[in-house]
This record gives sequence, structure tokens and C-alpha cells, in this order.
Amino acid sequence: MKFMKFAFLLAFASPAAAQLHVDVTAEGAEDMVVAVPVMPTDHPVDTVAGTTAALGRQVAEVVAGDLRGSGLFRPVGPSGVREIGYGEVTAPQFDYWGGNGANALVQGSVQAGADGQLTVGCYLYDVALKQELVRQGYVVGPRDWRRAAHKCADLIYSRLTGESPFFDSRIAYIAESGPKDKRVKRLAIMDSDGANHRFLTNGQSVVLSPRFSPDYKQIVYMSYLGNRPRIYVYDIGTGRQRVVTESVNQSFAPRFSPDGRWILYSMSVGGNTDIYRVSAQGGPSQRLTTSPGIDVGGSYSPDGTKIVFESDRSGKQQIYVMNADGSNQNRISFGGGAYATPEWSPRGDLIAFTRIAGNFRIGVMSPSGGGERLLTDSWQDEAPSWSPNGRVIQFFRTSQGRSGRSNVWQVDLTGTHERKIPTPLDGSDPAWGPILP
Amino acid sequence: MKRNLLTVAAVAASLALTAGCAKKAPEQLPPPPETDTSTGADTGGDTSGGVGTTVLPGSRQDFLNAVGQGRDRIFFETDSYSVDDQDRAILDTQAAWLQRYPNVRVTIEGHADERGTREYNLALGDRRANAAKNYLASRGISASRMAVISWGKERPEALGSDESAWAQNRRAVTVIPQ
Repeated sequence: MKFMKFAFLLAFASPAAAQLHVDVTAEGAEDMVVAVPVMPTDHPVDTVAGTTAALGRQVAEVVAGDLRGSGLFRPVGPSGVREIGYGEVTAPQFDYWGGNGANALVQGSVQAGADGQLTVGCYLYDVALKQELVRQGYVVGPRDWRRAAHKCADLIYSRLTGESPFFDSRIAYIAESGPKDKRVKRLAIMDSDGANHRFLTNGQSVVLSPRFSPDYKQIVYMSYLGNRPRIYVYDIGTGRQRVVTESVNQSFAPRFSPDGRWILYSMSVGGNTDIYRVSAQGGPSQRLTTSPGIDVGGSYSPDGTKIVFESDRSGKQQIYVMNADGSNQNRISFGGGAYATPEWSPRGDLIAFTRIAGNFRIGVMSPSGGGERLLTDSWQDEAPSWSPNGRVIQFFRTSQGRSGRSNVWQVDLTGTHERKIPTPLDGSDPAWGPILP
Repeated sequence: MKRNLLTVAAVAASLALTAGCAKKAPEQLPPPPETDTSTGADTGGDTSGGVGTTVLPGSRQDFLNAVGQGRDRIFFETDSYSVDDQDRAILDTQAAWLQRYPNVRVTIEGHADERGTREYNLALGDRRANAAKNYLASRGISASRMAVISWGKERPEALGSDESAWAQNRRAVTVIPQ
């Protein structure tokens, strides 16, 4: 039904025979209709995650959901579009899909092998050109079927945009509940689409600012456990955790280096906060900043040679860049108001930040400070975190007033595709990890 | 053009990770804590001793009675951590009590209003707590008796999003153990 509606719209719009391409930097580009029918199975097999027939529908739903969530495509299906036969997966009926308004077509299949593994096939077709654009197969354990779906969505996204993938990734964040003056905060993780959500701490202690290690095996975060605010590394596999630095001083704002070998953190000593680094294995810390002002936070460039951080040494919070050993500190933000929470894009080309001038807004600028653009406009948006491909930014948005509730949102670099990320409770401090290994 | 489906590397590592998680993480939401032990001891300056109760010398209640209503804390201007004459008068009263009970250790909690970013506010709260601590030290209170902790914007006293609420939240509170 839904599908037919788009068919009408596109009768005028669909151009003949140009190569399918979506420009992620163009505004309002979500006019490419991508049909995603249920992915058939050669014969239904029961797995621990359900039958392969049921999984074929679920995989297609996740693929369509990912594409829709990017804001760049108009996926239709799997509900409401025609179901295809198994033999049709590699031999699409282009005339049918073209006649119903599809520009692109995603078909696939789900099979269970004798070893219990699932094989998910994923094919992308250009409907007008009647051409296969790309194909890939994914072998996963049945319980990991969502990862195969995200990989398929990443394949399609990358082929149609020319950008690197980002759906097959996870997010660590702080789940929030309770009143503003006694907010309960739990460390939590989820897939990039909010699925596979888990709480890692029980809320007894306030926890803040998590970051995944690059291999996803650990999370570094700050906890008020025992009323001693310190940084901990949580091992996801074992559930064990350890203190990163033994000190009577308050330490916070931890970050992994891109190679996972260092942890950057901020520590307050006698009222003066500076940035330090310590080996992720432990050992002595090295102080990187020495200004009498507040130097806090920090984010490594993707090659690990530089750190962007925040300092009020000039009087107001501003953004600075230094070498990874603390040398050569230079201010890069000069606009009115204040700038906070700089985060270096994994692509290296941009710094995301919170701009404080009346409202708190998320923006980006080049690493040398030029080309500033603000992407959001709300009462209080804070703490950007980049998608693995540097094309989408998550942040948290706090509502004004006595409830003061926070939620995780995301926006793309055009600033036009903005949406709230569904979480079981409220949320803050999102930290997007890299593409899963 | 018939190609076999390519096989992507199995995701053994991720499977192991997922299995590990499932064991450690609760299936359901954990129940809320009965008492939030992480909240610190900010009592909001309640000085009512209660009829017929005995106030122990050197106790938190004794301190609150001695310094007076709402004078367990000092307040700050936006983005500031400077201590003015009014603050000094409050801290002088606190110092006098602390000198009477040299064995009592205190924690000074620094706080910020919600109109700052989270991590900067942690640093700012630490500045404020240390400003109070340094003044008390200048009045003869040993630094070794005074611990500081910053809560940033995590524990507001007033819930509103207006200047009067923010003014109450930009504070350093001297907290005596129960």
C-alpha cells in the first residue's frame, strides 16, 4: 500500500538511467526509493533465533530501518511490498519494481548451514539500469543475525553514497531515571539502532562519560563509587573493573587513544584541572597541560598525533589543539560565547563541539578552526560523539525546567536529519564506537 | 555473473563478547537503590534539631545549629569561584565551630548550575570547593581535615531552569559526617 503511494510520486521524479548516487552533504536528499522485500529462505530451518523464514523478514526490517534512520533514503518494505521467491533473489523482476516506483532494490536470502551458522546474502540492484551494483554474504551465528543485517545496510549505504559504513557499531551511554536532584545513572550499551540494549551498572553510584576501547572489549568511564570520583576500566567480557589511577584527586573525562594504548583524562588538583595521559595498562601518568585555567576533556586525532581539548585559560571555554605529548598548544575557536566538548571526527576533517551562546548547540569546524557550522538549535544540546564514518553526530538534549530530562539524539552533517534515539530510559553522554571488528 | 556469496570472517570475538555480557548484565532493570549512597551528604541546611532530641557536640546537627540556617554553604556568581565578604563571614562561623572540634573531618562539596557542560562543571565545582577549603585553611583549619568533592551539575539543590534556581545551585557546601 505504502509502496504504491511512492510509485505515484516518483512517476514524475524518476530520471532515466543516471547512476544511482546519494550525496550525504546535500540537504533534503531522501528521495531515493529503496525497495526492501522480505529475504526468502531456500527451506525454513529452526535456529536458536527463530526460523530462517522469520529471520528473513527481520533482517529486511533492520536493513530498511537503518536506511531510514540515516535520513538519506526512502526505504519501502518489507511490510506492504510483494514477497519474492528464492530463485528471484539473483534474478530480480526489474520491470515490476520500476513500475512501482523503486529506484534501488535490496534483495537477499537467509539460509542455515549444517554447522548451525546463518548465511545472509545481500544484493543491491539499480532498478532503472537493471543492473546489480554490489553483493555480499555474511556468515554469523543465528543470535548475531542483526549484525548481518547491519552489514548489509552498511554495504548499501556505502555503495550508494561513497561513504564509509557505520551501522554495524555500538553505542555506550548513560541511562537516566529519577528526579533531577537525585538522578539515577547507569552505564549502558546498545547497538547503533538501539537494539541489544544492556545495563552494565545498577545505578547505586553516579556514573558519567563512558568511552569504548577501539576493540570494544573495555569501557572507560567515571564513577562516584564510594564517594570517590575516579576513572574505571570495565572489562565487558569478564564484568571486572579496575581503577585507572590511584590518587586522592578527582579524575574524570576519560578517553581512549585511537590505538587503545593510552587513556587521556582530566584531574583536579587543588582547584586546578589539567589533562593527563596514562598507559591503558596502568603506570605513571604524564601531565600534558599546565595552564592555571581549567584544561579539560580532549579527543585524539584519528592518527593519534594530536589532541583537541577545551580550556578557559583565555577567560572563557575555548577549543585548543596540541600535540599528543602536550607540546605546541594553539587556540582554534574565536567566536562569541564559549566552546566546549570538542571531538575529533574519525575522518580527521572536522571537530564537533558544543557552542554556548544563549542556547547550547552542536556544531563543527575544521581542525584549524575555520568553516564553523552549527547543526542543531535547542535549549541545551551537549557533548557530540561521531559515527564511525564521521557523517553523523550523536549528542544529548536536555529539556528546560524541573524535569530536566535528557535524551540521546543524532543529526547528520547537513543539520537537516535530526532524530531521537529510542532508549528504554532517558539517556545522556552517548559515545559511539568504531565499526565492529 | 554467478559468484558464490563471499564469506565474511566469522564473528567469534563478538560472540564471546556477547555471551560474556549476557551473564554479567541483569535481564531486567535493576531495582532502584533504597538509599542513594552516592548522593553525598548535602542535607539542604535543615537546622531543626527536633523536640526532645539531644544534639551530640561535634555532630552534623551541632554544626548546622551553630552556623545557622543555610550557612553551611556559600554561593557563587556564574562561572566564578571567587569568595566575597558575605561568603567569608559564613566561612568564619564554620571555622570557629571546626576549631572547637579539631578531630572532626569535613567534606566540601562543590556544585555548578545546569547551564554549563558536564565535564567543565566538574572542574568548576572543584574550583569552588577548593576556594572554600583554602579560605577555611587560611582561618587555621588544617587542610588534612578537609576533603573536597565536585558534583558539577549532577546534584542541583533547586530544580528550576531560572536564575534563582541556578544561583542556589552554584555552591560549596561544608558537610560534617552524621
